[in-house]
Amino acid sequence: MAEFVMPILGADMEAGTLVAWRKQAGDRVARGDIIAEVETDKADIEVEVFLDGVIETLLVREGEKVPVGTPLAVIREEGAAPGAQPVSPASAPALAARPAPSAAPKAARRVVSATAGAAPVSPAARELARELGVDLAAVVGTGPEGRIQRKDVLAAAHAPREAPTAVPAAAERQARMRQAIAAAMSRSAREIPHFHISSTIDMTQAVAWLREENERRPIAERLLYGVVLLKAVALALREVPELNAVWAGDHPEPRERIHAGIAISLRGGGLVAPAIHDADTLSLTQLMSSFRDLVQRARAGSLRSSEIADPTITITSLGETGAEAVYGLIYPPQVALVGFGRLTDRVVPVDGAIAVRPTIVATLTADHRVVDGHRGSVFLAALDRLLQEPSTL
Amino acid sequence: MTETEIRTTVLRLLGDVAPEADMAALKPDKRIRDQIDIDSMDALNFLIAIDAELGIDIPEADYPKMTTLDNIVAYLSAKAG
Repeated sequence: MAEFVMPILGADMEAGTLVAWRKQAGDRVARGDIIAEVETDKADIEVEVFLDGVIETLLVREGEKVPVGTPLAVIREEGAAPGAQPVSPASAPALAARPAPSAAPKAARRVVSATAGAAPVSPAARELARELGVDLAAVVGTGPEGRIQRKDVLAAAHAPREAPTAVPAAAERQARMRQAIAAAMSRSAREIPHFHISSTIDMTQAVAWLREENERRPIAERLLYGVVLLKAVALALREVPELNAVWAGDHPEPRERIHAGIAISLRGGGLVAPAIHDADTLSLTQLMSSFRDLVQRARAGSLRSSEIADPTITITSLGETGAEAVYGLIYPPQVALVGFGRLTDRVVPVDGAIAVRPTIVATLTADHRVVDGHRGSVFLAALDRLLQEPSTL
Repeated sequence: MTETEIRTTVLRLLGDVAPEADMAALKPDKRIRDQIDIDSMDALNFLIAIDAELGIDIPEADYPKMTTLDNIVAYLSAKAG
């Protein structure tokens, strides 16, 4: 058995509200299936499951707010007999981070122990629960060693259901998102020794190539130039892989796969930075498709848990609103952020003469615990070089 | 399709990409991006919707001609005519 726990979906996320179950007890699930919807302070997230199996028990009711790491469901993995094995804590970390046992909430301890068999159920109680339609996972046993008895089932059947958390009004959601961003960015500023370096990149080749490319494409398949920047960043990261990492308390942990977190501003304010997975391996057409889909779902409030949890670096562009350059804060536990300013004509020297060229300021913000300015500069040079050869992206 | 019908369609499709915006308050001769918080992805989605609904393909080279409600309607009317 494996526990499916409330995942951590942001640097400072402490709890989430289970808005809705998409699967029920007895349903078969496969890796990647969306099993539940969770509301965090920043967004509603579709939570995926990361193994194949059958849902044995749902442990948390819709509307309940529970801390990160709280078991939400028990999943019987492929091949396991129904109810035959206790919940294995060892299997759970594959799903999401878990808090220390002492931090587990009362509700979580209750339901897990019942599921694990530590709190037995009397046959009479089980039969009564079936008759009354009471979910035994939600019953507190009062017998010896927490044994669930008939009276416990009756009490549960007559107990008023906990009122689900009301869907917060837009203003309240906005305030909570601001708080979540404040917490994450305060932590970033407090804990990460940032440094910023920048490079002004001549975009003549990239702009010309993109114009020609888009002339050939039907409108629904055209590329935004931000996608060209995104691909160039992803490829440059291969050359300076230490920037594609997370900080693990006292050391960096490099990540092999490049999951580019894309900063997306939300209507009404706030932002999220969900991942495009394996961005370096996708074609520009695939990246554009993923980018469109991600923006649409971010603004519709239907991001997936892996997209929130997986970014290994963040990429942001403020050029459309006129900023010339971006000097951002790193989103923990990531160790770098790449920013782009406005595409604008600048006077630049070309072959000893003065020319006016479309240019963009690319900025690298990096964690000095992980990387030094020299390597950061190598990254920006690689980015520049790649953008001079856009047809190879 | 009349110019009025095109204008109505454009406003509806704009409203789809920027649902929080008040289309009734949109000044037709002012830059849309100065009045509504839309980005390049919204703009592309709007143009894709125009293409799908009106069957008018808009080359990227013509994007600069489509900055206000009035010049969008004029551009599309000319193309549709």
